Amino acid sequence: MKFKKTLVIAVLASAFAAVAHADINVGVTVSATGPAASLGIPEKNTFALMPTTIAGQKINYIILDDASDTTTAVKNVRKLIAENKVDVIVGSTITPNSLAMIDVVAEAETPMVSMAASARIVDPANPKVKWVFKTPQNDIQMSTAIVEHMTNSGVKTVAFIGFSDAYGEGWFQEFSKVAEARKLQVVANERYNRNDTSVTGQVLKIIAAKADAVLIAGSGTPAALPQVALKEKGYAGKLYQTHGVANNDFLRVGGKNVEGTFLPAGPVLVASQLPDTNPIKKVAMEYVTKYEAAHGKGTTSTFGAHAWDAGLLLQNAVPAALKKAQPGSKEFRAALRDALEGLKNVTLSHGIVNMSPQDHLGFDQRARVMVKIENGAWKLQQ
Amino acid sequence: MDLQIALLLGQDGVVNGAIYALLALALVLVFAVTRVIFIPQGEFVAFGALTLASFQVGRTPGTLWLLLGMGAAVAAIDIALALKSGARRRIPQIAFWNLVYPLLAAGLVFFANPQQWPLALQVVAALAIVVPLGPMIYRLAYQPLAEATVLVLLIVSIAVHLTLVGLGLLFFGAEGSRTTPFSEASFDLGGIIVNGQTLWVIGASAVLIVVLYVFFERTLYGKALRATAINRTGARLMGISTVMAGKLSFLLAAAIGAFSGVLIAPITTVYYDTGFLIGLKGFVGAIVGGLASYPVAAAGAILVGLLESFSSFWASAFKEVIVFTLIIPVLVWRSLTTHHVEEDE
Repeated sequence: MKFKKTLVIAVLASAFAAVAHADINVGVTVSATGPAASLGIPEKNTFALMPTTIAGQKINYIILDDASDTTTAVKNVRKLIAENKVDVIVGSTITPNSLAMIDVVAEAETPMVSMAASARIVDPANPKVKWVFKTPQNDIQMSTAIVEHMTNSGVKTVAFIGFSDAYGEGWFQEFSKVAEARKLQVVANERYNRNDTSVTGQVLKIIAAKADAVLIAGSGTPAALPQVALKEKGYAGKLYQTHGVANNDFLRVGGKNVEGTFLPAGPVLVASQLPDTNPIKKVAMEYVTKYEAAHGKGTTSTFGAHAWDAGLLLQNAVPAALKKAQPGSKEFRAALRDALEGLKNVTLSHGIVNMSPQDHLGFDQRARVMVKIENGAWKLQQ
Repeated sequence: MDLQIALLLGQDGVVNGAIYALLALALVLVFAVTRVIFIPQGEFVAFGALTLASFQVGRTPGTLWLLLGMGAAVAAIDIALALKSGARRRIPQIAFWNLVYPLLAAGLVFFANPQQWPLALQVVAALAIVVPLGPMIYRLAYQPLAEATVLVLLIVSIAVHLTLVGLGLLFFGAEGSRTTPFSEASFDLGGIIVNGQTLWVIGASAVLIVVLYVFFERTLYGKALRATAINRTGARLMGISTVMAGKLSFLLAAAIGAFSGVLIAPITTVYYDTGFLIGLKGFVGAIVGGLASYPVAAAGAILVGLLESFSSFWASAFKEVIVFTLIIPVLVWRSLTTHHVEEDE
């Protein structure tokens, strides 16, 4: 039903786009189906909660699904730019798609806000990245948090098991770099597939390596499989997950086997537990309240919050851009890009942003907290 | 690597292999009888497991809507055809299986609250919803094309597969589920811990294989299926309905798939698209058996399970590569040792 509704909205929006040029058109491509669906669906739902006007201007969100597929994502972006004449692109959900979209948006001189994690998306060494911004924290920020937590709690050796794709590979590289610098020894490096039915081999090897802790780099419910297998085979060391698991389905599938797990996450995950002095709390709670009012209690995920943050960036940048040019023009897109790059001290649900030409993410240490799973819930660690 | 690790890996490989073996048997059965390479086989695994999981969390499984919808579609087509050809006597039967039965199932799920049922009854209910989808899919997708080439049937299979995966995402969402195990017991056999569920998987697979053997060797329907597999035209001349044979083989394939799903759901997380990869590994097993021999296909599937388990220990990043590369030497070996058999021989 919901899909139908968005479809209708998208169709209507594109129909209006042709007549009313003064509206601001936001082109969105999310991975609402395919392997990244568990990330893309909450993102898609979030766009329905966003304000329909910014500074008195009507905003049209044109939402397309890229099926977690790179080619489709690029096709979507070309369509949004050529047919819908969008002023800004938001998306995609995953890194490979976002990387492929950079060339297209740079060529069309349209700003883009990605909701994917990799630091490469906004790597300042690439001149095309001038047009690209992103909202999720870099993996390096998260892996530094994990390594800090490990060394502080006396872990000397660590085993790694991750997805056998870009996510697992990227995490291993970032994590082993930080671990080496902090004298933490990585004693095993294993891979598994999202869809595997058994990880016995990898788990036995990790147990044989006698590591003090294990880091599991997976996203969503598939990340529970190695942990359940480790517990069943009697592993007693500390267990760490990445922020990729931060949704309630992970807790449901993992059950008692994920108790006591540590993970770094954006503050929105534990929004209600943040101290009142933290400015992020208000923004994060607003998103959580809105999302749960529409989709039921306990349904918020940090991924949807990345989409919300993309919306917040636009709400902060559009007023400045409107002063310089009319929406639908090349000048407006350039002004919007400049405005995004100039954002300072903007509070998002995941952290506080200070953009600069070198940093199109803008997060600092306030954008992550350590969380422990206790009694089937996320518990903020001080 | 010591003996204990080897034994644990072996155990893991045999458990997975047992599931692949069941799927390999189903694939061989469907191919032999209908010449359909049944790629959607794996979807029944996911549907079976996730339907059971839906019962356990007190949700109405989306497969129920699929059953009602497909039943209505089949009934509409078949009743229209029956009216046209004047075979009115068949209408009550068509209406019962495609309209009344799904409605009964829906009524039961809505009013009897399956969350409270004992596990065995939940399993039966899950199978009762998922298994009839098999013959319905045959009726809607394959029966009109029964005489088409293997290639056309393969293309239809891919279409059916993609449709079912998409429906799976719609019904069950992107995240996976686990179900409660059949048995929480675990046994210590010389330092190796064996879970009760593991024994269930191996035992149930073995029993199912024996039942299939008896079915094909001892019953009239089994013999009819074998006859159709050997020679479609000849079987038809002997009064065996190829439509019946097709539906029956799809019914068996769906039953085997859904039951495999129910078996593995407690030991692994099942997602809406898990079935494809499991089915593909069963397919590798079936290829080892040349899509014709049941025992060789089962042995091949066990081999796939073991290979997967040991390669996940030695080179986890290359596990799938190793498993699927197995197909190449097997094909070379088969093409060197067997002669090409014409279809109508």
